[in-house]
Amino acid sequence: MTILSSNTIQEINNIKSRYPEGREKSALIPALHLAQAEQGWLPVQAMNEVAELLKIQPIEVYEVATFYTMFHIKKVGKYVIEVCRTGPCCNVGAEELIQYMEEKLKIKVGETTEDGLITLKTVECLAACGTGPVLQIGPDYIYQEQITKEKFDQLVEDLKIKGR
Amino acid sequence: MSKKILLQHINVPGINTLETYVSHGGYQSLKKAFSMTPDEVTEEVKKSGLRGRGGAGFPTGMKWSFLDKKTDKPRYLVCNADESEPGTFKDRYLMQNIPHALIEGMIVSSYALGAKTSYIYVRGEMMHVIRILEAAIKDAYRAGYLGNNILGSNYSLDLFVHPGGGAYICGEETALLESLEGNRGNPRNKPPFPAVWGLYGCPTVVNNVETISDVPWIINNGGDAYASIGIGKSTGTKLISACGNINRPGVYEIELGLSVEEFIYSDQYCGGIPNGKKLKAVVAGGSSVPILPADLILKTANGDPRLMSYESLSDGGFVSGTMLGSGGFIVYDEDQCIVRNLWNFSRFYHHESCGQCSPCREGTGWMEKVLHRIENGHGKMSDIDLLVDVAKKIEGKTICPLGEAAAWPVASAIRHFRAEFEEHIKNPDSCCKKHLHSEHALIH
Amino acid sequence: MDKLKITIDNRTIEVPPGTTILQAARMIGENYPPAMCYYTPLKETGGKCRVCLVKVTQSSEANPRPMPKLVASCLTKVENGMVVENETSTEVLEARKGVVEFLLINHPLDCPICDQAGECDLQNLSYKHGTEATRYEEGRREFEKIDIGDNIQLHMTRCILCYRCVYTADQITNSRVHGVLNRGDAAEIGTYIKNAINNDFSGNVIDVCPVGALTDKKYRFSQRVWFSKPFYAHRNCDKCGGEAVVWIKNNDIIRVTSRKDKFGEVIKFICNECRFDHKNMNDWSIENVYELDNDSVINANKYKHVEESPAVNVDAKFVSE
Repeated sequence: MTILSSNTIQEINNIKSRYPEGREKSALIPALHLAQAEQGWLPVQAMNEVAELLKIQPIEVYEVATFYTMFHIKKVGKYVIEVCRTGPCCNVGAEELIQYMEEKLKIKVGETTEDGLITLKTVECLAACGTGPVLQIGPDYIYQEQITKEKFDQLVEDLKIKGR
Repeated sequence: MSKKILLQHINVPGINTLETYVSHGGYQSLKKAFSMTPDEVTEEVKKSGLRGRGGAGFPTGMKWSFLDKKTDKPRYLVCNADESEPGTFKDRYLMQNIPHALIEGMIVSSYALGAKTSYIYVRGEMMHVIRILEAAIKDAYRAGYLGNNILGSNYSLDLFVHPGGGAYICGEETALLESLEGNRGNPRNKPPFPAVWGLYGCPTVVNNVETISDVPWIINNGGDAYASIGIGKSTGTKLISACGNINRPGVYEIELGLSVEEFIYSDQYCGGIPNGKKLKAVVAGGSSVPILPADLILKTANGDPRLMSYESLSDGGFVSGTMLGSGGFIVYDEDQCIVRNLWNFSRFYHHESCGQCSPCREGTGWMEKVLHRIENGHGKMSDIDLLVDVAKKIEGKTICPLGEAAAWPVASAIRHFRAEFEEHIKNPDSCCKKHLHSEHALIH
Repeated sequence: MDKLKITIDNRTIEVPPGTTILQAARMIGENYPPAMCYYTPLKETGGKCRVCLVKVTQSSEANPRPMPKLVASCLTKVENGMVVENETSTEVLEARKGVVEFLLINHPLDCPICDQAGECDLQNLSYKHGTEATRYEEGRREFEKIDIGDNIQLHMTRCILCYRCVYTADQITNSRVHGVLNRGDAAEIGTYIKNAINNDFSGNVIDVCPVGALTDKKYRFSQRVWFSKPFYAHRNCDKCGGEAVVWIKNNDIIRVTSRKDKFGEVIKFICNECRFDHKNMNDWSIENVYELDNDSVINANKYKHVEESPAVNVDAKFVSE
């Protein structure tokens, strides 16, 4: 029994065809995105199954999953709020806003709310410097720009309803 | 009104769709290109003087002509859409709003290079852009612009979008190729360059989104027409993403050669500094390039007006100049703290170092820690020269340019704003009133 | 193909095409650049540590321009008429000092309690190219020691991320279960999940490790390396050929390692059985004293004058089979 669904396995196999024969490993990052979208994070079993699908050693998957910041190798909340902490966003109030988010969600950056709904994470520049502060919410990764405290409150309310 | 090449139709409703794009002259360059030989297409790009818009400014036509065509191996074109340089958001804007401009550019450029399969490597965070591009590519296949025997030309091309996983370093072209091969984003030692040993060990060209999107116009109008726009060796137009303390942040297409003063103060562009504040400094080409104080960004050391061009911005070298870079234009008003901003950027480079070579792996963290100490009131006067020396020992010693990208901001901030660092150390509370300590200074 | 002429620190040598600057310098034989990550027996190594950076003042006879930056001598191929400065360049020495400093800021400065001391490449490197005091005042990276299997211990705190052990696992053993995890200065060697590095040739990661990050668990702290005496030895082994070095103290074999050349590189990798399971004197035919050419604190002429047959020193009945 695999933990990855047959749909995800099928999608991963489809993606392999984008790359030349013998270069299945190219599909690794797209495959990890798919596995994570399904599982919410990347348990070892999911990574091992990806390794098998791509005919590589499990360690090659771990090496990649731990290199890239988008992959959650520990369990996270149902939604991950990724808020930019880089210079231009800070110049328009990102730092104060992050502090507000911590207070509002009663967690620190890197933690998950008690109900398992939201993980708060800071990320580096999201290429939206003209419309900062910016955040995006995984697993869908929709950008939310020019965030204010009020907008953030609304976002959290929406997630609570959506996550029921 | 200066010349528009990329954003001419940006305000046309529905320009993101294939139909509207085509009705405004989109995909015209394919027919013209297919009537030429691939080498003739390359020759037009050479004539245009187009330079890499990702940051390095290397002549695009020359890069194409280095491609090793002697081997039997397949050749690849890979588009670098890993836009992650702080202050830079032009590629995202372009792909999101006019995705077909990039796709059209990819087809013509792939034809010139003899690529049968091409990839657009988009940073993973931009999932929304990936979805837009994938839908647009599907439409282009349906319209016969991609796939087998495009428009009866006998030329066939497959185009795929490939997502990254979250790593600034993958904007470095060899790290991008490693990542595309499913590896950690560790840059390769060069030589060999990708033109000889690129994707899967095959000859490969890696070009930025904006660069590739410029190609259709060049083919439609000729290299000479493009070269007649701009100033000197800075030909054509450039997308500038402007942010920071300005009235009108956003993406602007400028004709190269526009004066920096006009760019900052004209209502057509940044619209000046809000709330009657004074201009303090500018980072003109993404966070990696040297910061310049107000007087030096508006005028060169010789007193000439500073222009938005490769040559004028770098006039004076790093003593009094900077670089056009990616076009990420960050403006700081009088209230901004140089030390805090520098610490923030140093944290960025520390966080984004791949960790492969020792000077960058260890040096970026060291600089961040020292700056964090200064910023939090525990600095020593000797820290300033220590930072200068550490930056010097990273610069030029690393596998890839992330070393320089991390070192230049430190060196230039201290070069131009040393007094502010000294003041921070002497009177830690006098400068930044908004100290916040909730954030972790260190990686993870 | 014709040989290529290269001048390094005013000494000229002719080398075959494909030779790197580092290899050419080693052929000259004196004052060659140090190497902490490059390792001749392992493909794809090199370029990472940056201690071998040199200055190319003339690219070739055809192109007399200098190269714009210092280059990694371990990867840069010789061109005909190339002129290189290594120890004659203050720029090179200054850069090297910088790299040594970088390698040491997160490395514990506790050689007296490290098992690798005396045969540590980093220790030797800092003697030659480092400074006496450190300018680093920030916190250092630390990790717990991990047992990766019964025979090998990993102490990541000492690792300089040369990647040699990763290439060894890739190229010498039949499957790789460890690698480089995380990134930047948080990068570490590891298996991610609890896993033993255990196959016929995995013990070689100990020999290629330039520091005390990967050590022989059965030997660790049993003895200071300079209190034992190394001998060439061999035994019949189907797996690796059984050509090794045995380290003897008081007529006991206290450890077995592979043989290394004067550049500290393994000549022939040995199997785990030879390394870990044969510590009995009559397992081995013991030959001559193994001279340590390597520029190291343990050789300090210590073994150079031992001319007697090892049989004189060790009990004869254990020696020959």
